[in-house]
Amino acid sequence: MRNILAIAQKELKSYFASPIAYIVIGLFALLFGYFYAVMLQYFVRAGMNMNPMMGQQSLNINQDMLRPVMQNVTILLLFVLPAMTMRTYSEEKRSGTIELLLTSPVTDWEIILGKFFGALSLYGVMLAVTLVHMAVLFVYGQPEWKPIATTYLGLLLLGGSFLSVGLFISTLTTNQIVAYISTFALFLMLWVISWLGSFSAGMFTDVTAYLSIIEHFDDFTKGVLDTTHIIYYVSLITLGLFLTAKSVDTERWRG
Amino acid sequence: MIEVQHLTKRYGRFTAVEDVSFRVERGEILGFLGPNGAGKSTTMRILTGYMPATEGKAIVAGYDVFAQPVEAKRRTGYLPETPPLYPDMTVLDYLTFVSKIKGVPASERKQRIKYVMERVRVADMAGRLCARLSKGYKQRVGLAQALIHNPDVLILDEPTAGLDPKQIIETRQLIKELAGDHTIILSTHILPEVSQTCERVVIINKGKVVAIDTPDNLTGRLRGAVSMFVEVDANGQDAAAIISRVAGVTGVNEAERHGSSIGFEVASEQGRDIRRELAQAVVSSGCGLLEMRPMRVSLEEIFLSLTTEESSAQAAEEPVNA
Repeated sequence: MRNILAIAQKELKSYFASPIAYIVIGLFALLFGYFYAVMLQYFVRAGMNMNPMMGQQSLNINQDMLRPVMQNVTILLLFVLPAMTMRTYSEEKRSGTIELLLTSPVTDWEIILGKFFGALSLYGVMLAVTLVHMAVLFVYGQPEWKPIATTYLGLLLLGGSFLSVGLFISTLTTNQIVAYISTFALFLMLWVISWLGSFSAGMFTDVTAYLSIIEHFDDFTKGVLDTTHIIYYVSLITLGLFLTAKSVDTERWRG
Repeated sequence: MIEVQHLTKRYGRFTAVEDVSFRVERGEILGFLGPNGAGKSTTMRILTGYMPATEGKAIVAGYDVFAQPVEAKRRTGYLPETPPLYPDMTVLDYLTFVSKIKGVPASERKQRIKYVMERVRVADMAGRLCARLSKGYKQRVGLAQALIHNPDVLILDEPTAGLDPKQIIETRQLIKELAGDHTIILSTHILPEVSQTCERVVIINKGKVVAIDTPDNLTGRLRGAVSMFVEVDANGQDAAAIISRVAGVTGVNEAERHGSSIGFEVASEQGRDIRRELAQAVVSSGCGLLEMRPMRVSLEEIFLSLTTEESSAQAAEEPVNA
C-alpha cells in the first residue's frame, strides 16, 4: 500500500513537472467552460421563450442544461485522457527507469496500481476544476445534486476505463505518439461500435450496444444508478489493469 | 553471498547466457569481464530480478531471486548501464522517491539520503534537476540510488563507462571503499579496471564463462614460465652468454638495444626466483645492471587469448613468447 502511494505520488508529480498536466487541465477547463456557457445561453433563451400560461412542462436545469454539457464533455475525454497515459510505461521504458522500478522490492501490481491511481488523481484534479461551474449553478438556481453526483461518478468510471486501457497500451510501445493514437482509436471504436447494430435488431444490436462505452454513460447523467453500467466500467478497468500486468510480465520474459 | 548455478537465458533461438555458475563471498568484489554483447548485462539483470532466467538458479543474500524476488531485491542495489534517473526530478526528490520504493523506513529516510549523498559526493547538487546533471554526476546519483537502502549486494553494470579519467579513478576508489560493507559485482570491458578493483574475475564470452580466477593467477596461468626483463650495459662483453650461464635460466632473448645498453627477455624455470643470482652474475662480470623487472602478461593479452580461440591455441603452443 505504501509503495502504491509512493508511485502514485511520483506519477502525479511528474505530470505537473511536464507541461502535460497544465495543457490537459487548461484546455479541458477552457472547452468545458465554452460548452457550459453555450448551453447556459440556450437554456436561458428557452426559458424566456416559454409561456408559463400554456402549461408546458417546466425546464429542468439538470436535464436540459447539464446533460448536454456532460455529453459533450465525454467527447472531450476521448481526446484528453489518452494523453494522460501515453507516457506512463513508454517513457519509463525509453529512459531505462523501468529497470529501477522492476528491480525495486515492489510487486508489478503495486507499480501498476500506483500508475493507475496517479493518472486517476490527475483526472480527478481535472474534474475538480469543473466543480466551480456546478457551484455557480447552485448559487443562481436550484439544481438537484443527486444527478450531478451520479454524473461525476459516471465520469470517473468512464475515465477510469480509458486510463486503465491506456496504461496497457503504453506498455506495448516506447513511443508516446503511438500510445496516444492507439488508445484514441481503440476508444473511438468502442464509442461507435453500437452503430453496427443500428441497422438490425436482436442479439447483435444488444451485444454491440452493451459493448459501446458511451451507451452506459447516459443513465448516469439522468441520475440513474444502474449496476449493469457500474459492472461494465469496473470490468473494463479490471481488464485494462489485468492486461497491463500480463504485458509487463511478458516483457520481462522477453527482456 | 551470491550464488549462481547453471544460469541460462534464451531469447527464442538465441542463447544470451549459457550455463553460467559462480559464487561471490561476503565483502568481495567480483569483476565481470567480457566484450560487448557477451552476456554481462543479461546475467546482471537476472541477478537483480529484472528478468527471469530460462534455466538455473540464482541466490542473492540467501534468497532465491525467482522464488522470493521482493526479499532478494530488498537486499540488492543495482546500477544499470544507464543510470535510471527521472529527468524532471531534482536529485533530492529522486532519492526520496527511491528510498520509499526501496523500503527505507520513514524515520531513517532523511538521514540515509544525507549520508548517501555525502558518500558519493552529490550533496552540492541536491536541488538540481537530474536532466541537468553532467554525465559524471548522473553516474554518481545512480550509485547513490543503488546504495540508498544499504543493500548487502551491489550490482554495478559498467560503473565507469563514459566518465573522464579523474572521475574513473574516483569511482574506482569509491567502489573499493564500499567493498567492506557490501558484496559487489561489477561489469566492465575495460581491463585495467578489473586488475585495479577486483579480487576475482569472471571472464565471459558469447554467454559462457571462460575463466574464473584472481587477476594475478590469470596472469600467471597464461605464462608457463616466469619472465624477466633485464637491461644491462654490456661494456663490450657478451651479456647474453653471461645471463644464459645463470642457473635456472632457460632462455635469453634480445629485445632492444640502444648503443651499449641491451634489453633482454629472460625466461626461467617455473617457481624458481633467479633475481639474486642474475643480478650478481651481471654485476660481477663487469656489466652495468640498468634495469630488472618481472614481465607480466597484461590482462588484455589474457582476455584476448581467452576470448579468441585462435590466439589461445597460439598461447598454448608457445607460452614463453606469447
